[in-house]
Amino acid sequence: MTIDLYGFGPALAAGALMTVKLALTALCLGLVLGLLGALAKTSPFKPLRWLGGAYSTLVRGVPELLWVLLIYFGSVNLVRAIGESIGMPELTLSAFAAGVLALGLCFGAYATEVFRGAILAIPKGHREAGMALGLSKSRIFTKLVLPQMWRIALPGLGNLFMILMKDTALVSVIGLEEIMRQAQNAVTFAKHPFTFYMVAAVMYLGLTVLAMGTMHVLEKRAARGFVRRT
Amino acid sequence: MEWEIILKWLPKLIQGATLTLELTAVSVLAGLIVAIPLGIARSSKLWYVRSLPYAYIFFFRGTPLLIQLFLVYYGLAQFDVVRESALWPYLRSPFWCAVITMTLHTAAYIAEILRGAIQAIPPGEIEAARALGMSRFKTLVHIILPRAARIGLPAYSNEVILMLKASSLASTVTLLELTGMTRTIIARNYQTVDMFLAAGAIYLIMSFVLIQGFKLLERWLRVDACQGR
Amino acid sequence: MQNYKKLLLAAAATLVFSANALAVDKYKVGIEGAYPPFNNKNASGEVVGFDPDIAMALCAKMKAECEIVTSDWDGIIPALNAKKYDFIVSSLSITDERKQAVDFTDPYYSNKQQFIAPKKVDFKTDIASLKGKALGTQRSTQAATWLDDNLGTDATISLYDTQENAYLDLTSGRVDALLADKYANYDWLKSPAGQAYEFKGEPVNEDDKVGIALRKGDNELRAKLNLALKQIVEDGTYKKINDKYFPFSIY
Repeated sequence: MTIDLYGFGPALAAGALMTVKLALTALCLGLVLGLLGALAKTSPFKPLRWLGGAYSTLVRGVPELLWVLLIYFGSVNLVRAIGESIGMPELTLSAFAAGVLALGLCFGAYATEVFRGAILAIPKGHREAGMALGLSKSRIFTKLVLPQMWRIALPGLGNLFMILMKDTALVSVIGLEEIMRQAQNAVTFAKHPFTFYMVAAVMYLGLTVLAMGTMHVLEKRAARGFVRRT
Repeated sequence: MEWEIILKWLPKLIQGATLTLELTAVSVLAGLIVAIPLGIARSSKLWYVRSLPYAYIFFFRGTPLLIQLFLVYYGLAQFDVVRESALWPYLRSPFWCAVITMTLHTAAYIAEILRGAIQAIPPGEIEAARALGMSRFKTLVHIILPRAARIGLPAYSNEVILMLKASSLASTVTLLELTGMTRTIIARNYQTVDMFLAAGAIYLIMSFVLIQGFKLLERWLRVDACQGR
Repeated sequence: MQNYKKLLLAAAATLVFSANALAVDKYKVGIEGAYPPFNNKNASGEVVGFDPDIAMALCAKMKAECEIVTSDWDGIIPALNAKKYDFIVSSLSITDERKQAVDFTDPYYSNKQQFIAPKKVDFKTDIASLKGKALGTQRSTQAATWLDDNLGTDATISLYDTQENAYLDLTSGRVDALLADKYANYDWLKSPAGQAYEFKGEPVNEDDKVGIALRKGDNELRAKLNLALKQIVEDGTYKKINDKYFPFSIY
């Protein structure tokens, strides 16, 4: 059974590449934001804890679609002001950049909770041992806490990444040529919505399977030599 | 921040928010009903009973809700067979298309939550029920489902909040829920930031109320007391 | 922290490289790309149609290099003001509301809106008969404004992100009729999907003029475009492009 793609095969493939680019870039931003948020939430300073909590709660309470629309359409004046101040008066936010910011922001809000849970799950004894050995606070964090935290956080982050990948479809609304938008272009030309949206769905399934496989490999690697006590 | 403009359009925004709540409520309740047989089938020991729900769950969890919406709304309408069927009065309406899609979508997730909850029930309790002579069905109704409900409630409440936010996608199929209403208003008055911020604030209020409601429900069902082994 | 720094740099670099820079006599043209026959994307991803043809003809006359940048419809004017491109050739009607946000050149074609509905339905288009009907149109268009001003809540108005989605719902029977630009409708009615449909009633909004939008105060570019427009009308280039898509003049 061959499906007639009316020549839009390469376009859809290009869309898939864009989807992956978008997801990975947003992942980078989201991981950084999530880490910062978790550090803020577990810090001894009350204002920082409040800030981290506000970030996580506010961003998670608003739909991702709204963030995409707000950042893309609403940032015009702000971005121009920033651009003028750094000497690039034509600075604009492309659909890709807006998508990365919005999706990274949302990922970071959920990742804050995952990282926070992971940090809290590390036995206090490890930190105390580090202090007893005379390690500085930052060394304790980078050499003891962080590596262990990754292992615990990985399943949660993997889940969030798969959600992120599906949320990239939202960026089609502001015109980015990822899978969904390419499918819509194809439908405008060929008038077969079911065919193209089904093909797009299958492509997302493929990406999901790829991501699941990668997660599995990463989790296996992270768990080397680590025996779960439960 | 143009407060007068926001106040002027507030009634329309509230109208949209009401539709948002309707969409969410119908979808999560219908989704729960659909998910119960699905979740029970998924936790079965027989592989052929497990596999059909697994395929369903795999599809609906592996693809974006936006594609599922477009498939149901635009994709199905492409076929004459569908348009002449008895289902057409429902598939014709954007509201029902959105509800059907969101229900199917959330049912996949709730089924997994239910499966996880059922498998987390201490086996001792089920053995005790069978030892007391309760039939499989009685065990299901009196022990398994209530216990699973309490174990799964936090995850279910999470899913409800996610559905509240997912309802914003219904705006892409002409429904004027909160996000759709906001975009329509902006198309007339160009007050982008103010309108989106107002809409965001309303979503936050709705999430907050829902979260508090679930906290009360958890206290009433005494979920914390049931968590220990 | 090395790996994370690299990733962070990569993300930051991606963002920065999305910024555009203008060079002299190189212009970026904003086109939607989802509005056949005026602008549409073909399988290779190129924007084709009346609008890009006109834009390229104008650029040739201005001896400038032009690059087409696509945008979604709702954001096409904000993107112009954010300098993502320099002028829009995307079938934008000249309206007072839009004139507050952008400047326009002289019109490059005339437009009207007209209803289309199934051939076998006797669809009347006076306001009284329209009440209570299910009507569709694209969001942020003249048609949407007309429907909102004249009918408001008296009819069920469905708004779509793209014109194509509106046509899809007309063919599936979700809306009784569609109000849209006459020439876009004309092109669709020729296609296999539009065979069972026809124009109904008289066109509304007869003196809708379509122009090229520019940022406010960009008078130099506006003068250049107006001059180029006059030239292509005079030397027959406009007629050639017109005839490629329509058997009648749309100027």
